[in-house]
Amino acid sequence: MKLLLTLFFEFFKTGLFAVGGGMATLPFLYDMSARHPDWFSTAQLADMIAVSESSPGPIGVNMATYVGFHTAGVLGGLVATLGLAAPSVIVILIVARVLRQFRSNEYVDAAFYGLRPCSVGLIAAAGLLVVKIALFRVDAFKASGALADLFDFKALILAAVLLVLTRAVKKTKGLHPIVFILASAAVGVLFSF
Amino acid sequence: MILLKLFAAFARVGVLTFGGGYAMIPMLEREIVDRHGWATSEELMDYYAVGQCTPGVIAVNTATFIGYKTAGNIGGVVATLGVLFPSFVIISVIAGVLQNFADIPAVKSAFAGIRVCVCVLIFNSVLKLWKGAVKDKAALALCLLVFVLSVFFQISPVVFVLFCAAAGILFTKLGVRGK
Repeated sequence: MKLLLTLFFEFFKTGLFAVGGGMATLPFLYDMSARHPDWFSTAQLADMIAVSESSPGPIGVNMATYVGFHTAGVLGGLVATLGLAAPSVIVILIVARVLRQFRSNEYVDAAFYGLRPCSVGLIAAAGLLVVKIALFRVDAFKASGALADLFDFKALILAAVLLVLTRAVKKTKGLHPIVFILASAAVGVLFSF
Repeated sequence: MILLKLFAAFARVGVLTFGGGYAMIPMLEREIVDRHGWATSEELMDYYAVGQCTPGVIAVNTATFIGYKTAGNIGGVVATLGVLFPSFVIISVIAGVLQNFADIPAVKSAFAGIRVCVCVLIFNSVLKLWKGAVKDKAALALCLLVFVLSVFFQISPVVFVLFCAAAGILFTKLGVRGK
């Protein structure tokens, strides 16, 4: 019961402070894994992002359900999902009554002028944690001290190829992320990552 | 009856939206504007805009908004539950299945490959957000400050969010915005 309450509270906080949709919940989830190491690891979180991106539904909601399920089963998933949505419902039901004043309010506009770059900085920092576990082998490097051990060359090559395919190649860059996720899974199995 | 329709309409939007955010707009158009006539396209864009500039997941915010406009407070709650429902069911099933296969070597390799892809996807979405968010020097300074501090220190994102909202207001008042 205490675990469920903590889950609800953590996701309520995420729903209240995550601004900018989708990936904006990510920094909060990393913060959660740091404070509750028994819930899930950063590597597991990266896997949950992949599943959330490849399943129907808004990413933020999918991640909440997944993290909740992973931590405390079906009930955990339910509690986390409702916790994430609760502040939205409260805030929107208030804002909806004063929509015009809200949208033209100079303070709201000014606050969001500061919040948008904040969201970018937070997501980039969370992304860096994924990079650390996906592309580098910090543990192997610390054990051997050899610089070559720091880099996961197979992973770096795949990352470079994906970067080109998602940004530069006209034919592939408009494709849905699920295509790249499935292809990466296949590459991972074929070349035993 | 209207509540049932709201729930079903938003459950459909939830099922058909991959990734959330902008991907949701065409589905909303079809369900809300074309099929049920609950809002016009212009109103829909207004609701969506508000959904973006309030805290929380944009899809949830938009659902609450349209539900409220259509059937009051209870409508807002029902529409939100509708958009959450498919995610909850689908993810619970996938998570339950994956938990049983997580220790198979092939599955581990597949996820190691997928993690690389997740890096690239996050990088791409950061670049996309960057274009809309960092348009002047003050915004650049805020973004870099948040990035550096959260990489090197264990600080709750809540602190940054509150700080940056205040900084946004301060910068606007001081007139450094847009320079």
